[in-house]
Amino acid sequence: MKTAEKSIARRKMFDALFAIIGFLALLVGLITLLALLVDLALEGAGRISWQFFTSYPSRFASQAGILSAWVGTTLVMLVTAATAVPLGVAAGVYLEEYASRNWLTALIEINIANLAGVPSIVYGLMALGLFVYQFRLGQSILTAGLTLALLILPIVIVATRESIRAVPGSIREAAYALGATKWQTVKDHVLPYSTGGILTGVIIALSRAIGETAPLITIGALTFIAFLPGAPVKSEFPFVSFEWLMSPFTVMPIQMFNWVSRPQREFHFNAAAAGLVLMAMTLAMNGLAIYIRYRFRKRIKW
Amino acid sequence: MELPTELEHLKITVPQTPDINAPDQAVSTMRQPIMQVMDLNVHYGSNHALKSIHVEIPEKQATAFIGPSGCGKTTLLRCLNRMNDLIDTVSITGSVKIHGRDIYSASTDVIDLRRRVGMIFQKWNPFPKSIYENVAYGLRIAGVHNRYRLDEVVEKSLRRAALWDEVKDNLHKSAMDLSGGQQQRLCIARALAVEPEVLLMDEPCSALDPISTAKIEELIHELKETFTIVIVTHNMQQAARVSDYTAFFYLGELVEFGVTSKIFTAPEKRQTEDYITGRFG
Repeated sequence: MKTAEKSIARRKMFDALFAIIGFLALLVGLITLLALLVDLALEGAGRISWQFFTSYPSRFASQAGILSAWVGTTLVMLVTAATAVPLGVAAGVYLEEYASRNWLTALIEINIANLAGVPSIVYGLMALGLFVYQFRLGQSILTAGLTLALLILPIVIVATRESIRAVPGSIREAAYALGATKWQTVKDHVLPYSTGGILTGVIIALSRAIGETAPLITIGALTFIAFLPGAPVKSEFPFVSFEWLMSPFTVMPIQMFNWVSRPQREFHFNAAAAGLVLMAMTLAMNGLAIYIRYRFRKRIKW
Repeated sequence: MELPTELEHLKITVPQTPDINAPDQAVSTMRQPIMQVMDLNVHYGSNHALKSIHVEIPEKQATAFIGPSGCGKTTLLRCLNRMNDLIDTVSITGSVKIHGRDIYSASTDVIDLRRRVGMIFQKWNPFPKSIYENVAYGLRIAGVHNRYRLDEVVEKSLRRAALWDEVKDNLHKSAMDLSGGQQQRLCIARALAVEPEVLLMDEPCSALDPISTAKIEELIHELKETFTIVIVTHNMQQAARVSDYTAFFYLGELVEFGVTSKIFTAPEKRQTEDYITGRFG
């Protein structure tokens, strides 16, 4: 009896020990994140102002702003999302619903997972040769959007497949038993019920893309531009313009990098402020992902 | 057939039936078969699940498939509307004819077949949508979009499934808020909305309480005046209660087929007698 009691006491001790270790590990991550935010805030919070958001970069640190940078980031993200989401979701649906399970499909699946691990600068090199020179798209927002879309495509595909797998087979059987075609089953049941998961995956993928610097430098994003891409809306026919797609641009991480590389201390404050804005944009996107997932989970009860 | 006294309590009472001592009469009262299964063999990979099945399903009657677990009754049921096509490793040979036309021929429209032969599953599976949308779905995919037509058919189907009075004020609430028995009746209404000829039921009451089960059995009695019903059941008493004809399966083979009352009181085969008296199963 004594040995049994000692054994139980020891096991309980390990239980408590593991809980403590887990908590400490969590703290490490949280504290690092907090330290990063606090560091950025201390240096950069003073520079956050309306003027900062609406000024172009300048030789004078106090007059420099992130206008061209955040507009550039927003437009590039727009192109990235518009390209990666349809392609990624369609590929995910095909692989999960239509493709037969043979060696070719297995090969494709393995390679998609591998693509997620390719260093981003390799995507930049590929984009330089293909989009900038071969397709003559130039060093433009379109090129940047396409490059980042290819970068995050594997993430979107995997997220789509995981969400589709979570739809129970009984729902599919019910649809087929009523005389639905495969496309009707996918369109009316599989896709709507997996939208929450797919959107979450898309936003996480976009959060990754927003911070990518290496491929964009490779394809020729500028570091100092004092103009914005052309407006998408014009006052004369045809009222919509796509000029902005072919325009040179810059993005937030590049602007930050440019400022941090300068010797003057004031530019470092600018970089910290821009870093805060970028963190805010990323956290906002993640928050949106969590909210969307919550709303979709509430609506669909299995 | 006289049962030994210790097995008397297992004797099943059945409703009044055609005279079982006149076998010719029993056969001639069987209505025209709507479905004919001929030499059907089904393999799941290397597992020979159904062996040379020959059976005829009479029209506008309820036929029960009974047998112990793993005997192939659900496999056979799923062959009748080609739901087994959805499984990767399955291979099916033989023919299943509906109104004389083989549904496994290359020219069959599987989508149309599944509309004409509906299915109710063991675990109810309504879509996570509103009650109205569940019943209307079959019509929508068939191309019906007229609001009045949909309203009409939804009401008719819910009435036929004995669910209308319980849900008529809440048609736009989620189907998942209903109880288990109600969800199963909703699945029946959904299948009825497309006006099938045959309803296949795979153990529809096995997960339900006795009251819901009784409601559904009553439903089957009403429905078999309009539709042909094939019901797979583990519950022999249920088979005796609802069906007109019974087929007994064992290890992938059809052992005996006949009028329900005869199967349960004077079966021809020894195996059938052993199963219905509970010697195995």
